[in-house]
Amino acid sequence: MTDIDAGENLTGMSDSLSEIYDDLLEGDEEPEPETLLDRLDEEWSIRRMVVTMVPLLVALSVLQMVSGSVLESFEDVLLETPSLLILVPVQIGTAGNLGSIMCSRLSTQLHLGTFELSIDNHDVQSNSLAVLGLGFTVFTLVGVAAWAIGQALGGTLTLVEVMTISLISGMLLSVFVVVVSLLAVYGSFKLGYNPDDTTIPVVTNVCDITGVLILFAVVAIVL
Amino acid sequence: MAGRSSAWDIYRQAMPVIFISLIAGLFAGTVLGSETMRNGIESVPGILVLLPAFLATRGGVYGSLGARISSGLHQGIIEPRFTFDKRLSNAVIASFINGMVVSIFIAVVAFVVVGLLGRGGNLIELVGIMAIAGFLSAILMLTVLVSVVFIGYRKGIDPDNLVGPIVTTLGDVFGVIFLLIAIYVVGLVV
Repeated sequence: MTDIDAGENLTGMSDSLSEIYDDLLEGDEEPEPETLLDRLDEEWSIRRMVVTMVPLLVALSVLQMVSGSVLESFEDVLLETPSLLILVPVQIGTAGNLGSIMCSRLSTQLHLGTFELSIDNHDVQSNSLAVLGLGFTVFTLVGVAAWAIGQALGGTLTLVEVMTISLISGMLLSVFVVVVSLLAVYGSFKLGYNPDDTTIPVVTNVCDITGVLILFAVVAIVL
Repeated sequence: MAGRSSAWDIYRQAMPVIFISLIAGLFAGTVLGSETMRNGIESVPGILVLLPAFLATRGGVYGSLGARISSGLHQGIIEPRFTFDKRLSNAVIASFINGMVVSIFIAVVAFVVVGLLGRGGNLIELVGIMAIAGFLSAILMLTVLVSVVFIGYRKGIDPDNLVGPIVTTLGDVFGVIFLLIAIYVVGLVV
């Protein structure tokens, strides 16, 4: 630890020293800060922020139409059984959250050099187990809550039915999150991208959509 | 060490955030499952089609604004004060534009999808609903996000840890509530 700190401090010091020397020698520091400030202003310009984000958001919303169509095709079932309608946002939110937790942790471990795509790897084991445990806890609670609220809103599903749907779809989804996160982090590393930038948006959206697909596949089988 | 956490450590660290988003999801779900909302879904074809996209873009628009403000604060190029600042106001205006453009785009795509599913649908109605819901979300999310991140930063809380839970929680809960209000308002006019 102390070795690294000392090394970084020395590099930092020599960098700032050479900057001071450069300034002293040139005496004319006008162009340097101008361009830096220009670059900063450009990066914080409205046009730049809109032009970079809109295509991404547009692509994302087209992708989300997949789960939207599934919801629409189950409209009659959903309107009759409010418990299922309650499960939808929870399923979407939890899938995305589990995915982003797993990806950001695995990316950090990749940077630290302790990640390896193997069942025997300690990081793979502990992260996978944690996600499965979180999934089990959340989808048990959600099952009970969705049943109770659904009853209050005039639903007819029994506790066993809601729990079966919530737990089976939730655990399938947790396994999916684990597999996709592992593959995404490994894949983006192999392709030469920094997994910090690429995996979270991809995995959260894929998991959001798959969450709805799995939920309704299970609904179609159970009901 | 980050590299040697046990499954139990990770579970305990992640549980608070997961739990907050669970509560938010249940709130949003309860609004969705309410009698009024179900009537709205039944009377306006396309609401269920646009729902996932509408909720997902909240995260995309305001999550990235939050991340940008956090980085700006860390880099010292934004001051955590409520005075006029060119960069901050640019970021806020850009997020507002992004939110509105994407909301209206979602309405148009949802209209096309409902058409393909053979359920009819009314373009003006869907655009009206998304414009109102998108506008209300933008006002709320921008105000709360900037305030909470600034106040948190001044109290020494890393904004990176605040943005995620704020955006998920508020985005889901108020997204659905504003959608309900928008359906009601447009229903009065159309």
